[in-house]
Amino acid sequence: MAKIDIIGAGAAGMWQAFILSRRGHKVTLYDPAGTPSQNCASGCAGGMLGSYCEGEPGHEEARDLGLEAMEIWKEHYPHLKLNGTLVVASPRDVADLQRFAAVTQGHTRVGVDEISALEPALEDRFRDGLFYKDEGHIEPFVALEYFIREAAAAGAKLVAEAWEETDADVVVDCRGLAARDHLKTLRGVRGERVVVDCPGVTLSRPVRMTHPRIPFYIVPWSNNQFMIGTTAIESDDRGPATLRSVTEIMAAAYALIPALGEARIAFMDADVRPSFPDNAPRIIIGKTQSGRPRLYVNGLFRHGFLLSPILAKITADYIESGVKAPGVLLEDHGEW
Amino acid sequence: MTFAETKIADAFSIYGETIGSRLLLGTSQYPSPDTLRRSVEVSGAEIVTVSLRRESSGDGKTGQRFFDLLKSFGARVLPNTAGCHTAREAITTAHMAREVFETDWIKLEVIANDDTLQPDVFGLVDAAEKLTRDGFKVLPYCTEDLSVAQRLVGAGCQVLMPWAAPIGSARGLMNPYGLKTLRAFYPDMPLIVDAGLGAPSHAALALEMGYDGVLINTAVAKAADSVAMAVAFAKAVEAGRMAYWSGIMPPRDMASPSSPVAGLALL
Repeated sequence: MAKIDIIGAGAAGMWQAFILSRRGHKVTLYDPAGTPSQNCASGCAGGMLGSYCEGEPGHEEARDLGLEAMEIWKEHYPHLKLNGTLVVASPRDVADLQRFAAVTQGHTRVGVDEISALEPALEDRFRDGLFYKDEGHIEPFVALEYFIREAAAAGAKLVAEAWEETDADVVVDCRGLAARDHLKTLRGVRGERVVVDCPGVTLSRPVRMTHPRIPFYIVPWSNNQFMIGTTAIESDDRGPATLRSVTEIMAAAYALIPALGEARIAFMDADVRPSFPDNAPRIIIGKTQSGRPRLYVNGLFRHGFLLSPILAKITADYIESGVKAPGVLLEDHGEW
Repeated sequence: MTFAETKIADAFSIYGETIGSRLLLGTSQYPSPDTLRRSVEVSGAEIVTVSLRRESSGDGKTGQRFFDLLKSFGARVLPNTAGCHTAREAITTAHMAREVFETDWIKLEVIANDDTLQPDVFGLVDAAEKLTRDGFKVLPYCTEDLSVAQRLVGAGCQVLMPWAAPIGSARGLMNPYGLKTLRAFYPDMPLIVDAGLGAPSHAALALEMGYDGVLINTAVAKAADSVAMAVAFAKAVEAGRMAYWSGIMPPRDMASPSSPVAGLALL
C-alpha cells in the first residue's frame, strides 16, 4: 500500500483517486478549486465516450486506449448510457460522411428509416448516417461528483487547497494545462459549447453531424438539457465563448433538429484542452523536488473523460508493480 | 545541365524572393500539430499559410504557441485573412498578421458567401489597393476572371492566386479554359492555383498548364494518411512542372503510329 498525493480534481484526477483508493492505497486529492474542481477543462466537456468516432487518422492511439477504457467505464459507472452514437450528414455533405466512414471503424451504415427509428426527433430529414453502436455517453458533472464520492467512501482524503510536497511515496500530477510549468510542449486547444433546455425534444444518444466547416455534436443530458459543441481552435484563450462560434454551433443544431429553435439557452462557456503536439495522452515519469516519483498524467486533448479510466489503471499498475505501458507511460528525458 | 541543376534553375520568385518549391501548404485541420509538422517536412513546401483569425480568439496572442510551432518549421509563414467578409475586416486582420508574423506578405481573402467560400472580388480589389498603399505585398485569392485579375494587378499585386474550385471542395480545375486564358494573358506573372484541388492529378494538371504553383490544405490535412498524401502532392507538382518545360504533346484526332509502317515484310 502506497501513500499517494493526486494533484488536480478534474476527470483525470478523479479517476486516479477512485482507482487508487479502491485498490487500497492511501490517497489524498488536492485541488485549490475544489473537489471536484470548479476550474478544469473537464467541467466544459460534453461527456461523449466516442472511442470509435474519435479514432480518426492520427488518433489511433486514443481509439485503442478508448476501447480499453470503455470496459472500465462499464464495470464501474452505473449511470453510463450505452446507446451508441449516430452520425448524420445533410445530402449536400454526404462526401464528408463517406470520408468519415472510410477513416473510422465500429460503425454500420444507416438509411432514413433506421435513422428515424433510432432518433425520432430527426424524423426523415437525413438519408445517410453511420451508427456506432458500442459508444456511450455520460454527464460530466454527475460523473465527477460520483467518482469523488466513491473515492472518499474508499478512504481518499479530499483537500480543497494547493498541493505542497508531503511525505507521500508517489505524486500523480493531473493538473492539465497548469502543468505547463514542467511540461513545456503542452498547449491548449480551445473548445466552446452551448447548453440548452428543451423539454419538447428527446434524443437517446449523442448525434454528430459532419459538415465541412462546423463538425459538431449534440449530447442529451438529464432534465431535458442538451450540450451543443464544440469548436477546436489552436488557442490558449480561456475567455468566454465568441459570438461567431456559438452562432455556428447553434445554427448547426437548429439545422439538425428544427424544434431546438425553441430551446432556452441555459449557459455557454469555453475552456482549453491540454494537449501534446501529437494530441496523444501520456503518463510521464518525473520527480518531485525531494526526488520522489511524480507521474504526470496529461495531454488528454478531446478525450478527457473517455481515457481517464485506462490512464488510472496504467498508473496504478505501474505504482504497484513497475509495469510500463509502451507508448503511453514514458520516462522523462526533458523532451516534454 | 543535369536534371538536378534544372530543378534548381527552375525556382520561381514572388515579390523578389526565390521560392524553390512549387507546392504551398495550408496548416489547418490536421489531426495534430505533429502530423502537420511531418507533412510540411516531407512535402518540401517552403511557404505555409496560416489563418490568423481562427487561431487568435481573445487578445490575439493566445494562438502564439501554434504560431511558434509554424515558425519552427523553417518555411516562410504566409498569414491569410480567411474568414473575413469585408475589406475592412481583411485589412485589420492583415495589420495584426504583420505584427504577429513580422512579414509584409499577406494572402488576401475576402469571402462573399460562407457556403461557396467564393471570393468577394469587389472587396478584394478594394482591400488590395489599401493594403498595397500600406506597404503590404498582397497575394490575392481570386477567381480566374480576367477583369478582376487586371484590377488586382492595377492595385499593385505582383502575384495572383486564382481558385480551381471552391475551397475544400476537391473538385479540381473547374474552368481549365479560364485558367489557361489567365496564364496566357499574364505569361510572366507568378500564378498559383489556390483552392479546390483534391487529387494530386489536379495539381499536376495545373502545373502542366504552366501555373507556377499550387496551394493545398484540406486534401492533405483530411487524407487518411496526411504525410503520405503530402508526398503524393509533392511528386505530382514536380511531375507537372517537368512535363510543362519538357513540352507536352498536343492531342490529335488521328492515330500516329510510333513504329514505321513502311517496309513491312509482305507475307
